[in-house]
Amino acid sequence: MKTQTTFPAFAVSPEIEDAAETRIAQYPNDQKRSAVLPLLHIVQHEFGFINREATEWVAQKLGLEPMQVHEVVSFYPGFREHAPGKYHFRVCRTLSCAMAGSAELMDRICELTGIDRSNSDSHHNPIAVSPCGLWSVEFAECLASCGTGPVCLVNDDFHEDVAPEKAENLIGQYNN
Amino acid sequence: MSKISYLPGKEPDSCEHRMIFKNIDRKGWDPSIACYLKDGGYEQLRKALKMNPEDITNEVKISGLRGRGGAGFPTGVKWGFIPPNNSKPVYLICNCDESEPGTFKDRYIVHQDPHQLIEGMLISALAIGAHTAYIYMREEFPEAAILMEKAIEEAREKNFLGSDILGSGFDLEIYIHRGAAAYICGEETGLIESLEGKRPYPRIKPPYFPAALGLYMAPTIVNNVESICHVKHIIEMGGAEYAKLGTPRNTGTRILCVSGDVKKPGYYEVEVGKITMGELLNDVCGGPLDGRTFKACIPGGSSAKILRCDETFKIGNGENQKELGFYDIPMDFDTMAACGSMAGSGGVIVMDDSRKMSWVLNNINHFYAHESCGQCTPCREGSMWMRKISDRIVDGKATPEDIQTLEDVAYQIDGRTVCAFGEAASWPVEAMISKFRDELEAETSEDNEYLSPEAKRQLKNIS
Ligand SMILES: Cc1cc2nc3c(=O)[nH]c(=O)nc-3n(C[C@H](O)[C@H](O)[C@H](O)COP(=O)(O)O)c2cc1C
Ligand code: SF4
Ligand code: FES
Repeated sequence: MKTQTTFPAFAVSPEIEDAAETRIAQYPNDQKRSAVLPLLHIVQHEFGFINREATEWVAQKLGLEPMQVHEVVSFYPGFREHAPGKYHFRVCRTLSCAMAGSAELMDRICELTGIDRSNSDSHHNPIAVSPCGLWSVEFAECLASCGTGPVCLVNDDFHEDVAPEKAENLIGQYNN
Repeated sequence: MSKISYLPGKEPDSCEHRMIFKNIDRKGWDPSIACYLKDGGYEQLRKALKMNPEDITNEVKISGLRGRGGAGFPTGVKWGFIPPNNSKPVYLICNCDESEPGTFKDRYIVHQDPHQLIEGMLISALAIGAHTAYIYMREEFPEAAILMEKAIEEAREKNFLGSDILGSGFDLEIYIHRGAAAYICGEETGLIESLEGKRPYPRIKPPYFPAALGLYMAPTIVNNVESICHVKHIIEMGGAEYAKLGTPRNTGTRILCVSGDVKKPGYYEVEVGKITMGELLNDVCGGPLDGRTFKACIPGGSSAKILRCDETFKIGNGENQKELGFYDIPMDFDTMAACGSMAGSGGVIVMDDSRKMSWVLNNINHFYAHESCGQCTPCREGSMWMRKISDRIVDGKATPEDIQTLEDVAYQIDGRTVCAFGEAASWPVEAMISKFRDELEAETSEDNEYLSPEAKRQLKNIS
């Protein structure tokens, strides 16, 4: 099945240059490397994930070797090297949410969106995407809202008290 | 503003003493600077700008404030560790990584009351002589990052931030630095590495105590969001007055976050040590779910050692020794430590008799195996093996010896690593086995094979 691409291809616009310069200015002149994470966030927010070209752009902006940027991308679970769906669900896996049913919530989301998580693992392949490319899921670790579990993030939106039976409603908010 | 009232269903419990959370869920409250100013905001900054930096630190020392991020280290004492003849810039970092499982308090401050944090940071920066401060915010708070940046902008417009603040000659800039979903960025030296644009590999102490060799190898004070907010109230009340809140050596208020099997989970700001575990769980949180009884409780974030609800503890020495039941433990730092656990980050996770401890432990083990930074062999390998063994237990494939192996692995991590993550990962295992060994063993069987196929393959490689 053809995977729908929902993100534009990496390209540096004047807006992105501006945003990058603003972030770089947050750190002392001789400590530009500090802007690695902020710049990667700009890229990922705009293009969905971080590819080689983007890594090289960040490195060049900050006077680093591409490897110094790549080792950051590959370490942090918050950075992705592959495209997620247009709507990326991060369901909290940790104890309090698990007690409140987050594993069942994950199953239900996958069922409703046609996502197959059987090849996912927490380290190397955490994200599973639906065949249509619209949806993707991933387990997150404690999202700091343990009293209102199960909780999840959909892109940048935070949702609490999402009992498994509320999955359909949640997905409905994004189904367009 | 007139008398404070709260949104329906969000009224504080009668035992609460709301100071840090005064404005959380408050009726008519919003995160704007206009709202904050109407409520007396930035008055403590004005007061602090007229004080000597040493006097601010001194008030914080007198207040007895202990860090709310996990270790409970006295804040004023930490500030005093900046080398006296330092000539480098000093940095203040607010730790808003809030990633210890079970903890959910800083979230509300940065979403609902950003100016309280900014005012606290201003006063703290004044005390330590910092002109640049960062808020290290976990990536999973995207909305808060925007909100805080807006608040910083508002504060700059009023000259509470920027240069020559309110004509005092003091300069401060605050920036937001977002993390990227790694728990280890909450550990202060891992956080600093991350802020420097690297993998967040914690640094070894000594020599890398942040107060001397922190961000860019300059003196750096890292404090939790809640700790920094307390500073504002210490200046308002005076250290001595603040110290009357709570109990001796365990002063002030703190926010307890209760989750799991209770009727009313939530956040409760109470005077430290003034309420017991029993009052918290049974009265404030409404007790266990109908038809259930409490079984176990993790009192200070998932790294804290689990306690049995039917346990009694012997605390104190000699004549002062006394027995204390689980429900009689006061919610403070010192008694919790004397009971063999820790008050940690204030995250209280409760389990009732419907929960299998093997499942609980396995969930925790997955967390630590996923989050180890991988720098130290005992932690990297040990956390993974602990996860694999607890996987076997929950899958019904473990033997009784596996429990022993699990315990052995845990004790080989503890105390042998660069950072305290080693303890954070191994304590839950050590405590769970010591308190629930029978239950765990009952899930194993002599008929299972002791070694998993994978372990057998590995054994072949080493022998
Ligand atoms: C593995 C690990 C994770 C931590 N996570 C956090 C955290 O999420 N937030 C926090 O404030 N402190 C965290 N800490 C504690 C910090 O290292 C540091 O002690 C704290 O931010 C100091 O602030 P305080 O003195 O105000 O408590 C963590 C420590 C360890 C060892
Ligand atoms: S103890 Fe674990 S988390 Fe800490 S530095 Fe070592 S490997 Fe990393
Ligand atoms: S366990 Fe899910 S938010 Fe903490």
